[in-house]
Amino acid sequence: MAEQTQPSARPLPRWTTETILYAVLLIGGIVMVIPFIWMLATSLKPAKEIFLGNFFPLAPTFENYQIVLKKVPFARWYLNSLIVATLTTLSVAFFDSLVGFTLAKYEFRGKNVIFIFILSTLMVPTEMLIIPWFILSNNFHWVDTYWGIMFPGMMSAFGIFLMKQFMEGIPSELLDAARIDGVSEFGLFWRIAMPLVRPALAALCIFTFLGNWNAFLWPVIITEKMDMRTIPVGLSFFSGEAGASWELIMAGAAMATIPVLIVFVIFQRQIIKGIALTGLKG
Amino acid sequence: MAVRSRGLTLRQRRTIWAYVFLLVPLLFFIGIRVAPTLFAMSVSLFKWDILSPTKPWLGLENYQTLFNDPVFWKALTNTLLYVILSVPLQLVVGLFIALLLQRATRWKGFFRALYFIPFVTSTVAISWVWRWMYEPTFGPLNQLLALLHLPEQKFLADPDQALFAIVIAIVWQAVGFYIIIFLAGLESIPSDFYDAAKIDGAHGWNLFRHITLPLLNPTIVFLTVIGTITAIQVFTQVLNMSYQGMGGPLNSTKSLVLFIYQQGFSSFKMGYAAAGTVVLFVIILLITLIQLRVTSRRVEY
Repeated sequence: MAEQTQPSARPLPRWTTETILYAVLLIGGIVMVIPFIWMLATSLKPAKEIFLGNFFPLAPTFENYQIVLKKVPFARWYLNSLIVATLTTLSVAFFDSLVGFTLAKYEFRGKNVIFIFILSTLMVPTEMLIIPWFILSNNFHWVDTYWGIMFPGMMSAFGIFLMKQFMEGIPSELLDAARIDGVSEFGLFWRIAMPLVRPALAALCIFTFLGNWNAFLWPVIITEKMDMRTIPVGLSFFSGEAGASWELIMAGAAMATIPVLIVFVIFQRQIIKGIALTGLKG
Repeated sequence: MAVRSRGLTLRQRRTIWAYVFLLVPLLFFIGIRVAPTLFAMSVSLFKWDILSPTKPWLGLENYQTLFNDPVFWKALTNTLLYVILSVPLQLVVGLFIALLLQRATRWKGFFRALYFIPFVTSTVAISWVWRWMYEPTFGPLNQLLALLHLPEQKFLADPDQALFAIVIAIVWQAVGFYIIIFLAGLESIPSDFYDAAKIDGAHGWNLFRHITLPLLNPTIVFLTVIGTITAIQVFTQVLNMSYQGMGGPLNSTKSLVLFIYQQGFSSFKMGYAAAGTVVLFVIILLITLIQLRVTSRRVEY
């Protein structure tokens, strides 16, 4: 994990290479941030300033945000996204860990077949399942319900694979010792194994939450009522209908983006560590 | 003897628990993944209009229509373009920035977070921000071009530019993920390898070519597979960045998934759309198999 020694670049003095290095990183960083600045700047402009060509608003106003909030139930969309993403994440965290634990720490017939069976479902693209899911939801009246939005994602094969990898690192002797102390089989999973795989679990939760928070394809199909939309779906329809009112669209985009940005800034270290972890094991 | 029989029952009890733990998940995967897969295949053999009560059997007619549909071929070619353009670009830019970040001693965490921001934000929001930036005449990018006395570009309104413009937005959003994974890969290379190679007189490009790149191979393969499968399924960006979500202008940005979505959920031709998803499935399966083969071959040296 230690920093590597610098590959030697003798012809240039160290400070020159350092300067170039940071200059390139900075230019790249500006490219990453500038769309967000443009988004904010546009969202704070009065409608008449949109076609003036000024970068920053001359008379900044929060009017656009008020108009958007009056036109569409943004708060409700937030609540919907929050409920859907949270419940899905809890379900994935629980079931994927349980299956990963069972496949890693128990010996029984059909174990490998079950593991390969679950993994093989990864090869089927979501798009193929969407038509059957929609027909199913239509028959059971799941359209415009939270369950309807959530049910396809309640467990993930990738998460099971990830958790199995980490559960395998738990020493079996530890589990046997706990069994002698009278811990139940479920207790082994819940009280012994789960705390030991916390970093992997955190990574899985981050991935699942982000994925569901930003999900678009399935929610756009399963929600029809304005009140049941999630943020991406609501924003997409609102923007499509807003025509060329770019100041309103950008205010909507900012409202969809800023809370996520705040959460990211607070937890960025953990989030990045988690993402890197899944990349290494996955 | 008694001990052994007690051991056996203990083992049996554990086996029973294992099956209990797996029961609900197995039902889920059978009911929500496997059965729908088979169902989608069978739907593709019918004229399955969700609104009409009769669903006549068509056999392979949906597939015939599909392969004679110029829009399907356009969508397929576009999808391949999305893959061919975005995956290498993400890999090269991601690795380049990761190598720079690895050498940075200060503000490393800050830059890493900066590059990662687009990845965590909503693709729908990002797509609309880019659409605004690409707007003809008054969009920020055209304002910038005007400032530099360069000719105005139509970007998303031009059939020759639109797909490339969308690829830029895709790469911009995804590259942070590539950087993080590459950095993790780079940091897992033991510094002994570099020290040994340096004693042998290797440096700079040689070091990168003969140490970094081969040892980074698993990471590159992982990212190529993930990137290819993601790019084949491109949808959200195209729907939100083309006029009325139609994949225009002139179908120039329409991806396979958008094509399927329009057939199934705008025209309600579920059977026809299902045939499209089966083709998508076969393509993904083939690519996975090819990549598995390439991966196992590369490991040899």
